[in-house]
Amino acid sequence: MLRNLLLVILIVVSALVLVNVLHKEDGYNLKLEELKHKYALKDIPSVDHTKLPALHKDFKTPQEVTEACISCHTETHLEVMASSHWNWERVSYVEGRGISSSGKKNVMNNFCIGTNSNEKSCAKCHIGFGMNNNSFDFDNARNVDCMVCHDNSEEYLKGSAMAGYPDRTVNLEAVAQSVGSPKKSNCGSCHFFGGGGNNVKHGDLESAHLSCDRDVDVHMAANGMNMECVACHTAKNHQILGKLYSVSTENSNRSTCEQCHSSSPHLSNMLNRHGSKIACQTCHIPEYAKVNSTKMAWNWSDAGKLKDGEPYEIDDSLGNHSYLSIKGSFVWERNVKPDYIWFNGTADQYLLGDTIQSVPVKMNTLYGSHNDRKSKIIPVKIHVGDQIYDKVYNRLIQPKLHGENDGDSAFWQDFKWVEAAEAGMKQSGLTFSGEYGFVKTEMYWPINHMVSPKEKSVSCAECHTRDNGRLANLSGFYVPGRDYNKTLDFFGYWTFLLTLAAVFGHAIIRMLYNVIKDKFEKQVINYDEDEPDAA
Amino acid sequence: MHKVYIYKGFERFWHWTQASLIIFLAVTGFEVHGTLDIFGFEKAAEFHRIASWMLIALITFSIFWHLTTGEWRQYIPTTDKLKEQIIYYISGIFKGDPHPTEKTGLSKLNPLQRIVYLGFKVVLVPITIISGIFYLLYKTFDQNDMVVIEEYPLASIAFWHTLGAFLLMIFLVVHVYMTTTGKTPTSNIKAMITGFEELEEEHLDITPKNDKTQTL
Repeated sequence: MLRNLLLVILIVVSALVLVNVLHKEDGYNLKLEELKHKYALKDIPSVDHTKLPALHKDFKTPQEVTEACISCHTETHLEVMASSHWNWERVSYVEGRGISSSGKKNVMNNFCIGTNSNEKSCAKCHIGFGMNNNSFDFDNARNVDCMVCHDNSEEYLKGSAMAGYPDRTVNLEAVAQSVGSPKKSNCGSCHFFGGGGNNVKHGDLESAHLSCDRDVDVHMAANGMNMECVACHTAKNHQILGKLYSVSTENSNRSTCEQCHSSSPHLSNMLNRHGSKIACQTCHIPEYAKVNSTKMAWNWSDAGKLKDGEPYEIDDSLGNHSYLSIKGSFVWERNVKPDYIWFNGTADQYLLGDTIQSVPVKMNTLYGSHNDRKSKIIPVKIHVGDQIYDKVYNRLIQPKLHGENDGDSAFWQDFKWVEAAEAGMKQSGLTFSGEYGFVKTEMYWPINHMVSPKEKSVSCAECHTRDNGRLANLSGFYVPGRDYNKTLDFFGYWTFLLTLAAVFGHAIIRMLYNVIKDKFEKQVINYDEDEPDAA
Repeated sequence: MHKVYIYKGFERFWHWTQASLIIFLAVTGFEVHGTLDIFGFEKAAEFHRIASWMLIALITFSIFWHLTTGEWRQYIPTTDKLKEQIIYYISGIFKGDPHPTEKTGLSKLNPLQRIVYLGFKVVLVPITIISGIFYLLYKTFDQNDMVVIEEYPLASIAFWHTLGAFLLMIFLVVHVYMTTTGKTPTSNIKAMITGFEELEEEHLDITPKNDKTQTL
């Protein structure tokens, strides 16, 4: 007995030892600490621009500032003029199109539609001065706007509908002396406000990034690493790393999580292995538009309604426009759970003049599939809406939206679609049949920013679950916990239950037989006992 | 009647450890499968992986034990008295008929047990463990561009693993119930705990032979 007791104790003790040996505590992630240390050290600029005599000058025009820059940085303008920030297009290979040139010049979207015929307004986000129309001189170095990216005084501001010129209130001398490495506010002046307002387009890039906490974005948090955009989007010769898939088609020069974090950033091997099919963003960005709302839908078909002959606007409870006569009706959302798609890094876009292939029109197509080894699941924002198209030529229309005066056929002045379409298409070099309608569109925006602290990342069970998991809409591959073989489960459970029933049945029959047997034996005994009485 | 030392120390350790591991693996496994909700998916999957390595280690030892002690001979199937054994469980058992086969140290298993346990050892457990290892290592090789397992769809691997799990659970139910069909409902379980079981007198003469096999 003692031996058995010792054996039991031994087994229990060894089991406990095994559990302790095999259970790994969350250790100290040295890789992450190394990165934190590296990015905590902020660069100190090697030149103080306030001390340069060339910048002590009463600049009359912004071009004079550019000339002053070039007087020292003699060849830098050539680098800038080779960039897509300047050219608004890049040459790339697209599946089905071959080598083609695309960019803001010919890519259309389902927000403000496109730049053609609206250059004066759109040029607020061009790094140049004087883009009035589509005949801008891309070879004139004087028109390069150095300040919009390098102003560190936070005073520089491009004027509204001023063809890319700074606002008249800007003190050019102060700005010129403040220049340095681009800050969040520089990149953000365009990239936060795409689509005509804060966080309209991306959903994961917005003015809240200028001072947010770690819950919003671990990288850019003011109380965290407080990293600048250019910490990840590094540049060499003014060619900046990282292109958003919604406007760039080739899988090259992407800025990735792995460039700093490596492809095995977790202590858990199981999590690292997920990286072969799941993008980092999928788990680490559980939701976007965490502070301000983002536009989820834009219906141009509602635009143009007037009250007493005047355009008007309606705001929702959060102060977002839900209706604007010039633009139509919108749906805004905050704290949005992303949609998920397979993506292999290559994309296609709807280009000006393309024939509509399917409805809803895909403004951009992100290629990828579960059986493509290069594909991973990524989070996206899907922006839907409707916009004007040519019923005869079956293609989207580039309308002229922005105009200076009533009667110059701009929709935002006259609210007449036919004139706006006519003028816009003419400037784009295409014909308009005269018959227009509105067609449903959708656009895919990969979500890459607003990375949450690890405690808030998506938990295993949010995908590995049978009901309404995050990956419920993706099919064709097996996710443990989500998928199962229905036939096998049916037969498995029923056979198990029938076996249980059979065993219970067998046991009950045994017991009944025992009871009968006992009775029979008792009767015999009683009979024996009764005999003397009978005799 | 005489007390016979029928289950050796290792045999009992192996039996109960394997039983606990299989039950634990079933609970965590069916949680990963989506049937139960006890530990949460993350913990269930982690525990399942740890317990699976423990079971693989245990079974490696038990295979070694079976081969070196010659105990594997216990599982050589026979049709002799197989029919009688089946009929006994269907009818004889109710009437209180004696077992058609005798249990001895040399021959612990009746013909039906031999076939079922052999199936358990060479079909059921291998299906579950091999599919389990494939499941466990799924896609770990693609970092080195060795994608043998990736080419085999996870749905098929999971199918075999789940099939094995269902069959093991059915085995468990029947097995546990059958332990109650000994001399008394608990005599078989007591024997597997203490190692000793009361067997018929006439089989005492096998004890020396048993010792002999052990020294071989």
